[in-house]
Amino acid sequence: MKIYEPVIGLEVHAQLLSKTKAFCPVATEFGAEPNTRVGPVSAGLPGSLPVLNEEAVELAVRAGLALNCRIAERSVFSRKNYFYPDLPKGYQISQFDEPLCLGGHLDIPLAEGGTKRVGITRIHMEEDAGKSTHFASTTLVNLNRAGTPLAEIVSEPDLRGPFEASAYLRKLHAILVYADVCDGNLEEGNFRCDVNISIRPLGQKAFGTRCELKNLNSFRFVEKAIEYEIARQIAIVEAGGKVAQETRGWDAAAGKTFSMRSKEEAHDYRYFPDPDLPPLVLEAGYVERVKGEMPELPEDKKRRFVESYGLSAYDAESLTATKSLSEYFEACVREGATAKVAANWILSELLRELKDVEGDVTKSPLRPAALAALVKLIDVGTISGKIAKTVFDEMYRTGKSAAEIVEAKGLVQISDTAPIEAWVDEVLAAFPNEVESYRGGKEKLYGFFVGETMKRSKGKANPGLVNEVLRRKLGSTA
Amino acid sequence: MSRISDLLNADFETLRGALDRREISAVELAKESLRRARATNASLNAFVTVAEDSDALGQADAADVRLDAGERNAVLGLPVAVKDLILTKGHRTTAASRMLEKFTAPYDATVASRLKRDGAVIVGKANLDEFAMGSSNETSFFGPCRNPWDLDRVPGGSSGGSAAAVAARVSPFSLGTDTGGSIRQPAGFCGITGLKPTYGRVSRYGVVAFASSLDQVGPMCADALGCAALLESIAGPCAHDATSSKREAPKFLEETRRFRDRETLLGLRIGVPKEYFGEGLEPDVRAAIGNSLAALESSGASIVEIELPQTRYALPVYYLVCTAEASANLARYDGIHFGHRSEKFSEGTLEELYAMNRGEGFGDEVKRRILLGTYALSSGYYDAYYRKASQVRALIRRDFERAFERCDVIAGPTSPTTAFRLGEKSDDPVSMYLSDVYTLSLNLAGLPGLSLNAGFDAKGLPIGLQLMSRWWEESTLLGTAAFLQKRDPSTLRLSPVAAAFAAGVQP
Repeated sequence: MKIYEPVIGLEVHAQLLSKTKAFCPVATEFGAEPNTRVGPVSAGLPGSLPVLNEEAVELAVRAGLALNCRIAERSVFSRKNYFYPDLPKGYQISQFDEPLCLGGHLDIPLAEGGTKRVGITRIHMEEDAGKSTHFASTTLVNLNRAGTPLAEIVSEPDLRGPFEASAYLRKLHAILVYADVCDGNLEEGNFRCDVNISIRPLGQKAFGTRCELKNLNSFRFVEKAIEYEIARQIAIVEAGGKVAQETRGWDAAAGKTFSMRSKEEAHDYRYFPDPDLPPLVLEAGYVERVKGEMPELPEDKKRRFVESYGLSAYDAESLTATKSLSEYFEACVREGATAKVAANWILSELLRELKDVEGDVTKSPLRPAALAALVKLIDVGTISGKIAKTVFDEMYRTGKSAAEIVEAKGLVQISDTAPIEAWVDEVLAAFPNEVESYRGGKEKLYGFFVGETMKRSKGKANPGLVNEVLRRKLGSTA
Repeated sequence: MSRISDLLNADFETLRGALDRREISAVELAKESLRRARATNASLNAFVTVAEDSDALGQADAADVRLDAGERNAVLGLPVAVKDLILTKGHRTTAASRMLEKFTAPYDATVASRLKRDGAVIVGKANLDEFAMGSSNETSFFGPCRNPWDLDRVPGGSSGGSAAAVAARVSPFSLGTDTGGSIRQPAGFCGITGLKPTYGRVSRYGVVAFASSLDQVGPMCADALGCAALLESIAGPCAHDATSSKREAPKFLEETRRFRDRETLLGLRIGVPKEYFGEGLEPDVRAAIGNSLAALESSGASIVEIELPQTRYALPVYYLVCTAEASANLARYDGIHFGHRSEKFSEGTLEELYAMNRGEGFGDEVKRRILLGTYALSSGYYDAYYRKASQVRALIRRDFERAFERCDVIAGPTSPTTAFRLGEKSDDPVSMYLSDVYTLSLNLAGLPGLSLNAGFDAKGLPIGLQLMSRWWEESTLLGTAAFLQKRDPSTLRLSPVAAAFAAGVQP
């Protein structure tokens, strides 16, 4: 069997965080009563006309700058024509041959280490359609979402597998959220992805026939759908067949992609410049102003975390992977936690607990102030690191504060020398053979004595003091 | 013969003066206007909907209150007919299509809200060609409108009802829309004055779109001063229309009056394009336009021969651009959100539902244009048709830029012929399209143009003189027209239908 290389390009639709719709002053709001966020323009009423939302333009420009694009001084809105009940005008206002942003890039981390630069072909603005909900014998349309502004971000076919695709998506997601361009909410469909994918024998220059996978709204679905699609296409080619150019959907329950429409059934969208909207011309200095007001992006934040908190590059990278995580960390520090200790607790204990929600720290029941309080107890020596893990678990599960738990369970660290000396004496008396062996050079037994002492203190003895007393009483090894 | 009836037949200044001096009331005027609308509608069919008494008289009463309080503006208290392509809140707005037969406008077009703001009284929704697609008013789902000069003839189109309503003096004013000549050609056929403003001068918000880059709303009135008054009310920036210009509208009425009262037209250069006097131009039309040019010259204007070499491409370019835009603009009429829903449909696919709704809801001319436009935009044809048309459109615009270096106003016939008979051209789309051959270029260039009566042919039918000016110079057009109308009031002669009203005879 030949070795095949997948060639993947992604198209992401990110909902722009503007207060109102792309072409009319109706509020964009998720979860409102169906068809209550609709005006003459978003309903496509006869005589209604679109007027471009300047806030949406600014957000799209910001996306372009965050992704290193060239911002076009002049771009054009076009009509994309097709009939569907959730598209009341019978066309979608989009951008076609003259988009707002061109030629950017994004660096993604690779599994084997290092980074890869992925090209961004273009970013254009468009309006969303409404939402159709299909029932057995009828379909209902909700136009609340119709006319919501989107940025469509199109990558070059630079990605070579599910891992790279998902790394690209995660990074893109993080950047858009950092830049306050998009809230990134996947469940609400505010960040959706279409995948263009083909395979070719490794070493071949020409692209294979591509399929488009539509509307994937989770990173895991993207990975799975790509894995499935690579295998499917290879199997076809290996069996002597040809991959058909088509649009495919993802059946999450079955874990399969399925054909939606063939190339022959593909729409002819009959794009042409929308005569209702003059070309968008950005005045001199506009792009500079947007650039100057850009929120801190992940790369800058990472650098700052290393410089001002003394974190390792690795920890800084991990903590800035999402905007919410970086904000959680900084909130802990503001609450008085030592930066490095807080970083360790977040990256190990907290993220382990949040594994099921892909590390989404906004879903953590433990708020930064609570975690900071725990870190402070460790810092001042009230509890040991080991005890702290128990306390953390209990805090996470019960929502009680660290102080409450420590108080209720009497977990305060014992830092008096007298009781510790007594426990050490007990241990040395109980294990004379081991003491002998240790003194004879079996240094490995040291940990055993520490463990026995801690056991007798019910874990509350100050580990530093235990060390000090043990070393003194055991004397040096032979 | 009553005082009110006389005044409704009079020129704008006379009527305005009587109302301002409180010699008559807006309610009296509105009553007479509504009476005439109802009395003539069986024969003329100028209205798709005549306003309810309670509605129109309520507006008139409010206008009287404002007039009594001393408020004055050019349209306050005057009846106006609004082309049924323009949304007026609470009224049925049909675009003369079965598709929108039952559509009640849920909001006011900007032009409608400005008329209401200024206290004009909307007396009805005027008939038109379906979705403004036509040159004779024969494509209306509600039946053709007829010409008040000869009921066997068409009033022109698409703003046929608007033109006929004024020519019959049912209302002193009407609003039309002009995409390729739809104000000027019917104004010419009906012997009245109609202005297509510069593209962007008047908001298109709330006007059912036909071809967005060409459509403009404009005033129609017996005389140029009335057009100036109506334009002043509706013109100016609109936040709901991204193609409306930010420049403030001038005081059209004042500027037009000043121009009218000039001693001479010395310094005014009139350009005459030789391309507008070629084959197909009726001799009577040619003669009348010649007389108008002579009148202009004898008043001191200089006549310059000019060239508009791209004129011959205007027709094909226009029919590519307008049909392409229309094919998208009319996509929303699918019977799902609004529009005609087929009663025959019980089961089938979504496509079948669309096809039935649209198949039943649209008339032949509308379907013809949707098909043409869809084809012109199709993958593989776009470059050859739509893109090429857009490029030639730029050349047509350049023709005018060059011409206006040598003249201030371009003059020529509005149409090659006078009003033709009903049915004469309805089976021959190309000959119908040719009746707009002199008016299309202007829309492609976005320029303002006006048609006024220049006299009558041997059959007694009105002949339209078209004037065009540089962008934003409507006042020059209105002023020149008012100047000519002051010199030769015979051009303001009443149509037989209006004359019958004056004689107290039921037409």
